[in-house]
Amino acid sequence: MGTGENNNSSRHGNLWYEAWLRFRRNRLAMVGLIMVISVILIAIFAPYIAPYDPLKQLIWTEGKAIKLAPPSSSHIMGTDFYGRDVLSRIIFGARISLQIGIFATIVSLLIGVPLGALAGYFPGWVDDLISWLINVVFAFPFILFVLAVVAVFKNPSMIVIYLAIGLVTWVQIARVVRAQFISLREREFVEAARALGLPTWRIIFIHILPNALAPVIVQATLGMGSIIMIEAGLAFLGFGAQPPTPSWGLMISIGQKFLATGHWWWAIFPGLAIMYTVLAFNFLGDGLRDALDVRLKR
Amino acid sequence: MLSYIIRRLLYTIPVIWGVVTVVFLLMAVVPGDPARIMMGQRGDPETLARIRSDLGLDLPIHQQYFRFLKEVAKGDLGTSYRTNQKVSHAIVERFPATFRLAFWAMIFASAIGVTAGILSAVKQYSFFDYSAMFFAIAGVSAPVFWVGLILLFIFAYNLNVIPGVGYGEGSVLYLILPVITLGVRPAALIARLTRSCMLEVLNQDYIRTARAKGLGEKTVILKHALKNAMIPVITIIGTQLSALLSGAVLTETIFAWPGIGRLAVEALVARDFPMIRGTVIFMALIFLVANIVVDISYGFIDPRVRYS
Repeated sequence: MGTGENNNSSRHGNLWYEAWLRFRRNRLAMVGLIMVISVILIAIFAPYIAPYDPLKQLIWTEGKAIKLAPPSSSHIMGTDFYGRDVLSRIIFGARISLQIGIFATIVSLLIGVPLGALAGYFPGWVDDLISWLINVVFAFPFILFVLAVVAVFKNPSMIVIYLAIGLVTWVQIARVVRAQFISLREREFVEAARALGLPTWRIIFIHILPNALAPVIVQATLGMGSIIMIEAGLAFLGFGAQPPTPSWGLMISIGQKFLATGHWWWAIFPGLAIMYTVLAFNFLGDGLRDALDVRLKR
Repeated sequence: MLSYIIRRLLYTIPVIWGVVTVVFLLMAVVPGDPARIMMGQRGDPETLARIRSDLGLDLPIHQQYFRFLKEVAKGDLGTSYRTNQKVSHAIVERFPATFRLAFWAMIFASAIGVTAGILSAVKQYSFFDYSAMFFAIAGVSAPVFWVGLILLFIFAYNLNVIPGVGYGEGSVLYLILPVITLGVRPAALIARLTRSCMLEVLNQDYIRTARAKGLGEKTVILKHALKNAMIPVITIIGTQLSALLSGAVLTETIFAWPGIGRLAVEALVARDFPMIRGTVIFMALIFLVANIVVDISYGFIDPRVRYS
């Protein structure tokens, strides 16, 4: 941490340790942590776990019978119209969801943290301007705004999707950071830093920001869940990942056409995967909030 | 109070201006020539030039911007590239369906959410409590469109009790599934919030007093506790209603519901930019108005709130 905090750096370490002790006692939080780790492991080791190649159309090798085959012992979650193994596609889909969750969160942190910090540290026109911007973005219907940004590009790449989601979700981070800065900026350690004549950027980023981290971590974790949900919605509407990417939302989108004919497995199982992942991040986020003792307005 | 309302309304003006500007900038960076999109491959150079000058596309960008601002201020959101219909007319035509859907979804969500929340709090740690909270957590984590598809699969395709998707000329039967789909998430949020607010209130001294003076448990819970527990719940009902109005995009798409959300998605698919602009601006406006109404209604619900 910063030079001005050497005197309490050991206590600082203890705070995180105490939070971990509180976190460990919280059963739901631990469940969330284990669930999140399981999704991460599935994503990393997808090629070793998946029973089949997610893109391989088995109808070419195994014949027409494999097309839209219901769940069985060889295909636990059945196969899709092209004879692809649904379970294998779901396993690889974890990569897409996590990738979007992580990169879009990074974008939203890169925008939200500095803007929130500036708004919270400088009352007056800086705060007015940034708060105005936050209110403007908040007024947009989130999914529609992301759709409109994505629609600007004819063939949106994944990077466009990260950016579009990040451009909307940064406001939640910024609000949290701003509120933290407002309550911290008058504290003694900040005044001490000011009295020492330290440059403002140092005070903001090295002295105040580390103390505002806990709620940012909580918000970012909870945000992962909603980002994964937004991406699923985008893909469902045909604006996210494009075929043949094994994206969960896209699988539901294509699979739904076969619901009316009774082929439910194609659209239903990916939804369970989304639910599991979103639930995981929500449990983890709630657990972190309780452990780090943050009060957030949601 | 009145000065608060006026100030609140005045503050909305720069926010709306911001929304309109962001939408303008977004659509201004779109590659491609709108005149071409309108005419397809048919247009000869003269027609294209005429359309460009009609739309003001031959003007420098800042003049286009002021022109756009002026038109929006007059309530003119332009003309659809796709149908040649006035965007404002299309919105007025489609909005009632969205409102109807969101309104009933909110009624459904409040009824289920508040009932489940009260019962959960009163019978804390019971089987009912655990299962209600399990459903509440699941309801917040399930993708809306997926919930809708499951309902369709069960009730329309397998049990055949509901005809399927569409508006059905306003028939109630067609309203049921979309309402449930859209209402699941707010119902879950409301149930969780009602439960925690009730639990908090039930521990207060005045509840002990009410019980001590011999009031029946029903009176204590429904009259004394509920009134105070409802304040935060009513807030979330307000904010959720505005979220529903603008967030019905996915539900309307699944159920082929002729509302604003679907209008927007259709416009996006067709790259019908005036329509995209118009629907986004309109939804933002709805969101802002709904939020003002929620803020103002605090004062009526909770006498402790004072506006300054």
